[in-house]
Formats: sequence, C-alpha cells, structure tokens
Amino acid sequence: MTVKVNNLNWKIGGEAGYGILSAGEIFAYACAHGGLETFAYLEYPSLIRGGHNTYQVLVREDNVQSHSSQVDLLVALNKETIDRHLTEVVKDGALVYDSNEKDLRDYVCSRADAGCLGVPLEDLTKQAGGEKVMRNMVAVGVSFGLVKYPYDFIVELIDQVFSKKGAKMVQLNQAAAKAGYDYAQTNFAEKFDYQLKVKLNKDQRMLINGNEAIALGAIKAGLKFYAAYPMTPATSILHYLVAQERDYKLVVKQTEDEIAAMNMVVGASFAGVRSMTATSGGGFALMSEALGLAGMTECGTVVVIAQRPGPATGLPTWTEQGDLRFALHAGQGDFPRVVLAPGDPEECFYMTFQAHNLADKYQLPVIVLTDKYMAEARQTVPFFNTESLKLDRGELADTSKLSADARFARYAMTPSGVSQRSIPSQPGGVFAVNSDEHDDTGMANEEADTRQAQMDKRMKKLQALRSEIQEPVKLYGPKEAEVTLVGWGSTKGPILEAMKKSKNINFLQIRCLEPFPVKEVDTVLRQAKRRVLIENNYSGQLGGLIRERTGIDITDKFLKYDGRPIHPEEIITYVNS
Amino acid sequence: MSTVKDFETSQFPTWCPGCGDFGIWTALKNAFVEQGLLPHQTCVVFGIGCSGNMASFLNVYGFHGLHGRSIPVATGIKLANHKLPVVAIGGDGDGYGIGLGHLIHAMRRNVDITYVVHNNQIYGLTKGQTSPTSEHGLVTKSTPFGAIEMPIDPIALAIDVGATYVARGFSGNAKQLTELIIGGMKHKGFALIDVMQPCVTYNHLNTFHWFYQRLYELDKEGHDPADKAKAWARAMEWPTQLKVDENRVDRIPTGLFYQESRATYTDELPQLSDQALVEQTLGNIQIEPLMKKIS
Repeated sequence: MTVKVNNLNWKIGGEAGYGILSAGEIFAYACAHGGLETFAYLEYPSLIRGGHNTYQVLVREDNVQSHSSQVDLLVALNKETIDRHLTEVVKDGALVYDSNEKDLRDYVCSRADAGCLGVPLEDLTKQAGGEKVMRNMVAVGVSFGLVKYPYDFIVELIDQVFSKKGAKMVQLNQAAAKAGYDYAQTNFAEKFDYQLKVKLNKDQRMLINGNEAIALGAIKAGLKFYAAYPMTPATSILHYLVAQERDYKLVVKQTEDEIAAMNMVVGASFAGVRSMTATSGGGFALMSEALGLAGMTECGTVVVIAQRPGPATGLPTWTEQGDLRFALHAGQGDFPRVVLAPGDPEECFYMTFQAHNLADKYQLPVIVLTDKYMAEARQTVPFFNTESLKLDRGELADTSKLSADARFARYAMTPSGVSQRSIPSQPGGVFAVNSDEHDDTGMANEEADTRQAQMDKRMKKLQALRSEIQEPVKLYGPKEAEVTLVGWGSTKGPILEAMKKSKNINFLQIRCLEPFPVKEVDTVLRQAKRRVLIENNYSGQLGGLIRERTGIDITDKFLKYDGRPIHPEEIITYVNS
Repeated sequence: MSTVKDFETSQFPTWCPGCGDFGIWTALKNAFVEQGLLPHQTCVVFGIGCSGNMASFLNVYGFHGLHGRSIPVATGIKLANHKLPVVAIGGDGDGYGIGLGHLIHAMRRNVDITYVVHNNQIYGLTKGQTSPTSEHGLVTKSTPFGAIEMPIDPIALAIDVGATYVARGFSGNAKQLTELIIGGMKHKGFALIDVMQPCVTYNHLNTFHWFYQRLYELDKEGHDPADKAKAWARAMEWPTQLKVDENRVDRIPTGLFYQESRATYTDELPQLSDQALVEQTLGNIQIEPLMKKIS
C-alpha cells in the first residue's frame, strides 16, 4: 500500500463541552506551524453544553481552499459522532473511538474497508494523571501518532493554548497528548496509510478566519470606533477588536441593541473618525433605518453582515447566503451604497481596508457581506502585504478657505456628487446633518428642485465610484471552458477545490454586488457554453440579480439551503450530472 | 465672544405661535452665549418631532437624526470627540417612547451628554396622539376614551437608573432653564433636563396657565440635590397616579433634583487620556504584531 503524504482530512466530534474546539485548533495550528496548508472548519449548535460539535481540518502539501466532505481520519469522543459521520470516512481511512465510552465498549464497526481503532482514551487520560475532560488531548496525540507527525509541534501548541491556565494545566495536557501519541505508535504503527511531514516555507503564514481578517483590515485602515451588539457569527470581530482597544487606541462599544450600534457609528463618522459595525441578518434588520440615515446624511460607514440562515432567529450557528437581496435593498427610499462580497480571509482583509477608503471618499455606507462559513473557518494565508495600502480620507474642507460668517455648504453640488465635509469644531464649517431632505447647508427643505438636485447628487456618486472597485469580478480557470460556474462570497473556496478535478471548468466570482459590474458579468456569461449558478441559498439571489441587470437567465443552478456549506464534492457531482 | 444672533440661522422657527419650544430655543442660545461658546464649538443632536425641527433654526454643528435615536448618535459623537460639548434634543415621544431604551443605557453609562427633553405630554408633529407622559385619562386623538396607561416619570426613572444630573425645567421660565442647561453642560456626566413645554395646539389640559398654578422652584425651598432620598421624594410629587382632573391641585417641583459626581464613560477609557479619537493622526498603522499572533 502506498502511504499518502501530506493529504489528510481529519475530523473530531463530540458533545459540546468535550473540548472539541480546543482539540481542533491545536491540531490545525500544529499542522500550520509545520508549514502545511491547512483549512479548519467547525460545526456547533446554538447552546453551551450538550449537542453535537465537530471540528475538521484538511491538511495538504499545498493549496487548500476549503473543507471536504470526505474524511480520512475520524476521531469520535462519543457514539453520536460515529452514527453521524462514519459514512463520510473514505476507503482505507480510519475511525478512532474511545473504547472506554459506555456505549462503545462492545462497538463493532460496520466499515470493513476502513480501519476501526478503539483507543481507551479515558484510561490513558487517567494514567497520565488527567481528568476525563482531557480526553481531547489524548485524541489529538493519537491522531498525530498515527500520521507520525513530530511530537514537538503539539508540545508547543499546548503550551501556547493552556499557559494562561497555569503550568499544571500545560503539563497535564501535554502528558495526555503524549500518552495518546505513544499509544498510537506502539499499537497502530502500520494501521493507517497517511503521513504528515513538516514542510519549510519561505514566507510567514497565518491560520486566520474571515472575522479576524476583517478586524485586521479595519485596524490597518485606521478604524477608531466600533460599536456592535453580540450576534453569531459576527461576534468574534467584537472580541478581537476590543482586545486591541488600548494598543491601537480605538473605542469599541457593546451597545444596547443594533439600532444604537448603527446610529453611534453614523455619529462617530460625522464627528470625523472611521467607524464600523458588524452583525448578522437579524441585527442588520434593526440597523436598516440608520443605514438609510448614513446614506441620506452622507456619513461614510462600514457595515459587516456575517450571514446565517434566516428568517427570524433561523439557524444561529450555521451558514447561508440568504441576505444578498436584503443587503442590496435594506432601508426606505433610494440611496447609494456599496456591497462588497469577499470570498476568503485574504479578500476579507483587503476589501475591508478598501471599504473604509470608499466610505470616506464617497461618503456613503459600505457593506461587507460574509457568512458563518467564511467568518469562522480558518485558512493558511501568507502575511498580508500592507505596503501598497494607502489611506484616503476623501474631500476634507480646508479651514483656511472657510468663512466664519456663513454656514458651510456641506452638500454643495459638484460634478462627482461628492462634496467637501467639515468636522465638528472645525472653524467655519458649521452645518447640520439632516435626515430630512435638506439644502446645501443641511437645513430642511421640501422644495421640488432641491429634492431632485440632492437625490441626483447622492446617487451620482456611484458613477465615479464604479471605476474604483478593484476587480469587481474575477475569472478563474481557462478563459474558455465547457462549464462556467458563477458565484459570490464563501462558495469561492469549495468551487476552486472542485475545479482541481476538472480542466474544463472556469469560475466567475462576483466580488462587488453594488454597484453591479454589468459589463464584466455580461461579457463572460454571454460567451459561456454552459452557465451554472452556485449559491448557498434557496432562491438563487445572485441569479435573480444577474437576470435583472444583464437579462441573462441562468436556469442551471446548484442551490443549497440546509444550513451547511457547499461541499466541493457536491459541485463536482452536480456539474457531471 | 458670541451673541444670541450667532446661534440663529436664516430660518425663523415654524412652531405654532405661543409654542413652548420657543422658550427652550431661547434658553439654549443663552446658555451657549453665557458659556462663551462659538457655533463651531457646539454640537447639538436632534430627534424627530417639533423639537427636532430646531435643527434648522440653530446655527451649530447640528445632527438631525432619526426618531428616537438622538442619544446613540450623540454617544457616537462624544466617543469620537469627547472634548466637544454635545447636547441632545428630543421630545417626550422621541426620548420616553421610541427611544427610551437608549436613554436608560446612556444614563447608566454616564456618557457626558446634556439631554434636553421637550416634554409637552402629547404628540405634536403627528397631530395630537397620546404620549408616554400623557396623564392618565387624557383624551387625545388616539385615546378618545381617555389614556389608559400611567405616565412615565422621567425624573424618578433617571434617579433610579443612575443619571448624575437630573433636573426639570419649564419653557415659561427661561432664566431658570438657562441655568439648568448651563449646569447640565458643565456637569461631567449624563444630564437629563426634562422641560415641561405646553403644546398650545393639542394639549388643552397641561397649559401654561395650568403649570403656573402648580410649579415651584426646588432651590427656593432649600432642596439639597446631593441627597438622593430627598430627590426621590420630590420626584414622587408629580406626575401623580391620579386621573385627569382640571381642578386637581398638585405641586410640581422644578430645578435640580439630583446631582452626583461620578467618572464619565470616557474618563474610564485610558486610550482617550491624552487625545480624542478624532485628534489622532492616522499614519502607517503597523499590524505585523497582530499577524504574528495569528500565525
């Protein structure tokens, strides 16, 4: 049998409270530290104790873009994990389970084509001096022992993760992992044909998720004020930013609700600082009126929507792309907005940076649309290249040219629709921001000509802005192909993974949804031989948008709306069907 | 030095002749002038309602936002620039109805904002419906058989949830109101100034005459605003839990009920100790240390 080197999909499962997340992160980071390309994805229910959790890590020598539904090594801390996931194990893969578990003591595996390795996880934990809860570390040790990965990486990771809890905890967890590692080497030396080997990289790498990348992009862009109400899956942006509050001199405010968050962000923008909020669909519903306020008052702000399945509370901890239309149309009346749709953590970083520049330069709300899958899945990426990133705060009024005798024409007519803004306390810049229709100094005005002129001024900004969106679409794969896949957001990873299995597919990724890149989309789709829409929602919202803006009706669609991300294997099956 | 004229715009107020809002407008301008503020050094945030329309009549850095949301906007401004004096203006519908949640949190947060509420106990701009401070039994367009709910007591509420400056003014007493606004703006922390402001068009019960018969000034009766228990007792005097009765004679206290010294929200943020957020220069922000932590 040939040994598969550096190509492993590992998955661990158990009840919430079993330490699935920490086991998963230690496994993933240990692989990443060894220079391997890693993609880590977790699933968990909306509760704190009980319920079924999994963490899966796809590890390769190079280029891994998404998770995979085909598991090579399944680690089960309970029977439910086997019941739910054994069918995902590939031929010649293996199952590791805790033979001490009450309902697994007499377990007989139904898979003759895969290894079934019972390990007394609880006994090993106790022999190592640990508590039952440390079974997760024994399991990590067993996993790395099976693939003969250097033990040093686990030691280092456990040290990092548990050092806050004290030296005793570090030592116990390391002993637990060692017990598992040795057990696997002694008992299963030839039972598993996979191996992970350390690889040397020239560049520095991170194992980063979308939310962290967004937070970093915002900090790099000079974010000074962040207000939010906790809502899965956006909450970790709040946690990340507040931890940097003092080092980077930001103010991060948890608010009483999302209405307050959005209004505060608009207020801070008016006062002259870069501001941002993040939420999911439910919170964004509460923000809708103030989103329009930002549009009407021309206060540039950035709003991140990390989508989860709706409507209402929906599936709080699962994924969907069901809010595209909502992001495009939220708020009463017509006002200009930008909607950006990054497809992976790298794009999350660069597009959030750009979002802040666009918000300032064009004085409008900019929405960054992600989802649970992208927000929380981790991926190895090189350190972001920040040298070329330049801040652009747009048209700021020059105090020396302002008159103290007259009100400032904040909403003056200009060819681009963008007018200069003054900052409160700036001499000569006095004006009113007004959510009522207003004249050029912000005084309420209901005259027909003023209304029409101000509407035209605001909407005109989208024209100039259009040319500034970097790569509103991206085409991957051959220019001409038998099949052209069309998608947006986090389906990018699974689609690119799927494309590795076929040379005859290309992929049009739409990265900017508003202003919609009509020409770019039309050009690619008109000449496509077979167009296939890939979306993680029920109604094919991007498909509807493409039809609306280009007249092209894509009838060949793969839509998934069960709360789970699209697997690369499903795309392959659909395209070949 | 500024004058009252500096704080006026080319638009004369569109309020009904005799409206209590005029008195508040006057007191605000006086308060700004007496503190030596210039229009560009002053920021006022408005809600929606007759009071909010003042955004077009007051020459300051103004923000006329959404109904009920003046407090969060003012909070965002204050956190971005805590050196800027920020006043928020709203009505009883705006502040005690749709925006009440924000008000409670702003008070416990002790963010340094002065909130002046035009409390006319009725909805004016929507033409005469009941308000959260309408008296029990008041007949309005939306309560033709009399208001069923008890009125909110903003003074008691503010003392209870931790506001550090709690006052009631009257739009017919511009001198006292000016002093209360100056006091609120000088106070470090959240100041609630509830201003009884008769609506001459829609509230035919709580008229100027009605108030003149009942009002008295706390400081003239030796009230000590540092005494929370006594402040509470004074707050209990009005609004009463009794039904509407034109001949009922209550005593309605005005002036400063309660004041305490407590660190403001921004005092607690060390990152604001030397510079306001807006004063920071945005150079080349280094994120390498953060990237290393994620690697």
